[in-house]
Amino acid sequence: MINLQHVYKIYKLGNNDVYALNDISLEIKQHEFVSIIGPSGSGKSTLMHILGCLDVPTKGKYFLDDIDVSLKDDQELAYIRNKKIGFVFQGFNLLPKLTAIENVELPLIYSNISQKERTQKAIEALSKVGLENRLYHKPTELSGGQQQRVAIARALIGNPPIILADEPTGNLDSASGVEVMELFHKLHEMGNTIILITHDSNIAKQASRIIKIMDGKVQE
Amino acid sequence: MNILFAYKMAIQSIIDNKIRSLLTMLGVIIGVSAVIVAVGFAEGSMQTITNKVEGMGSNTVTAYITSRSATSGVTMEDLEKLDKDNDNIVSIAPYIIKTDIVKSGKNSKNTYITGTSSNYEDVQGTTVSSGRFINDNDITKSLKVAVIGTAVENELFPTEDPIGKEISINGVKFTVIGVMGAVANGAEGTDDDIVLIPITVAQRVLKISQITTFMVSASSKETVDLVMSQVQNFLYKIYNDDSKYIVFSQEAILSVLGDISDVMSLVLGSIAAIALVVGGIGIMNIMLVSVSERTKEIGIRKAIGATNKDILVQFLIESLVIAGIGGIIGIIIAILIIKFGIGSTGLIEPVYSIPWIIAAFTICLTIGIIFGLIPANKAAKLNPIDALRNE
Ligand SMILES: Nc1ncnc2c1ncn2[C@@H]1O[C@H](COP(=O)(O)OP(=O)(O)OP(=O)(O)O)[C@@H](O)[C@H]1O
Ligand SMILES: [Mg+2]
Repeated sequence: MINLQHVYKIYKLGNNDVYALNDISLEIKQHEFVSIIGPSGSGKSTLMHILGCLDVPTKGKYFLDDIDVSLKDDQELAYIRNKKIGFVFQGFNLLPKLTAIENVELPLIYSNISQKERTQKAIEALSKVGLENRLYHKPTELSGGQQQRVAIARALIGNPPIILADEPTGNLDSASGVEVMELFHKLHEMGNTIILITHDSNIAKQASRIIKIMDGKVQE
Repeated sequence: MNILFAYKMAIQSIIDNKIRSLLTMLGVIIGVSAVIVAVGFAEGSMQTITNKVEGMGSNTVTAYITSRSATSGVTMEDLEKLDKDNDNIVSIAPYIIKTDIVKSGKNSKNTYITGTSSNYEDVQGTTVSSGRFINDNDITKSLKVAVIGTAVENELFPTEDPIGKEISINGVKFTVIGVMGAVANGAEGTDDDIVLIPITVAQRVLKISQITTFMVSASSKETVDLVMSQVQNFLYKIYNDDSKYIVFSQEAILSVLGDISDVMSLVLGSIAAIALVVGGIGIMNIMLVSVSERTKEIGIRKAIGATNKDILVQFLIESLVIAGIGGIIGIIIAILIIKFGIGSTGLIEPVYSIPWIIAAFTICLTIGIIFGLIPANKAAKLNPIDALRNE
């Protein structure tokens, strides 16, 4: 499903080249639960951005469902992000002015789904993460763990095959972290491919496969 | 993303930033109301002037004879024939006009000495306020009588009743038999600044034998044009040269006034429209600030599937809605200013120019789009990662 071949991401800083990703090749199959672990600055977020089609490699190929992503234009990439990928970020990244239900239905707005269906699906998604009684709360009126669950509901509402999570428990206390991890396990059981980025080995261990990266390279 | 939702989002964002939105709109509000008030003022003042011109008797045709030939000219008999031959002509008043000094005792005044007939009152639509007007007997017998305007009355007879008193013009003595009712508040140089004498007397005293001007009143507004061409034909038969006279109607003056009004509206409206453009730049500034403030939001939206176009449309509609609301507020304020500001003075008619209101609003929306385009494009082109990393 996901296939990276000799992917580089090189940032030019003055005369220096920063190799954020340095010849990464890896394959992730459907229904896998993979964790990507590495120290700060190793290139985890950069990798996730490329996997999530938010960024393109400087060199190398990325095939998603056998499609060469580098050949796609902005609009097609937006479509892929909308349909195939659900993002969960360390900082939640909810829109502060919108209520939980409005945040959750946002991906459906960009795929032109009717208001009625959006509302129904958003309630469904929020119920899955146990927030059916917090529909009309704004992010500031929710705890960190609840905010992250709203973000997960937003990631899963369009029913994308891949869930990409970058340090989803990084800003949470351990109890909320456990709840969030339980959700990922549930999503995995329901058939989603989960890619979890973390620097916490206890969390990484919960995945069925661990990919270690260091200085932009895969270690193994 | 559908447009309706983009509108909802834009309105939400405006409500979320009430003060900022209002300040952004301020430029547009001032611009739109300036355009409408300026044009309202222009059209209102022209309307006022037009009303005054119409009030002077709107069915008249005036002929000025510019030829000063001593041998040929229009005579009283010619005018009587012109009147008789045309059913649409109600009456004709001839004039011999000269500026000269009129004296009474120690007082004197430079004024328009006008020889005319008894038809003057009819054609001009005015009457004496005291005494009587010149009659046919005065004319046939060439009696030295005079009717004076209020400007002359104020100057020569500031304290006493002028009726029966003597005045002199070129050393010839006249008896005042009447005073005309004021038509222009007794101001200098107007129809109130006049001494009227029988035309037969004027020919001798002023040493002008030819009728220099005559005014014709038509039976109705509809026949004015017909009468005008009858007068033109009449004069052409006498002079065989249409450069020797000028014939015009109140209608013609009104149409010139209309043209002036249009030009005035255009000039004032265009000047005020500059304020609108400045308002547009205001929108652009605030939208640019708004885009940088909302970099993160843009990144999030892109991450979950918004295309560049979706983001472009979102910000474009936001500036369009700001411009639109500003425009509507501007229109309301303009109407209030015209109604309670200009209207309450009583000097100028309150006029709301619908075409200009529509034009101002359309320009306002166009400006919203044009000046919204740069910020919206900036937002659309943001790299989603840079946007997301922005904390
Ligand atoms: N826009 C950029 N310009 C230059 N260098 C960059 C840029 N973005 C990232 N980098 C560099 O790329 C490397 C990898 O960054 P990345 O954010 O992927 O690390 P990370 O593994 O996610 O770290 P952390 O655990 O702290 O989030 C870092 O050395 C970083 O400085
Ligand atoms: Mg990171």
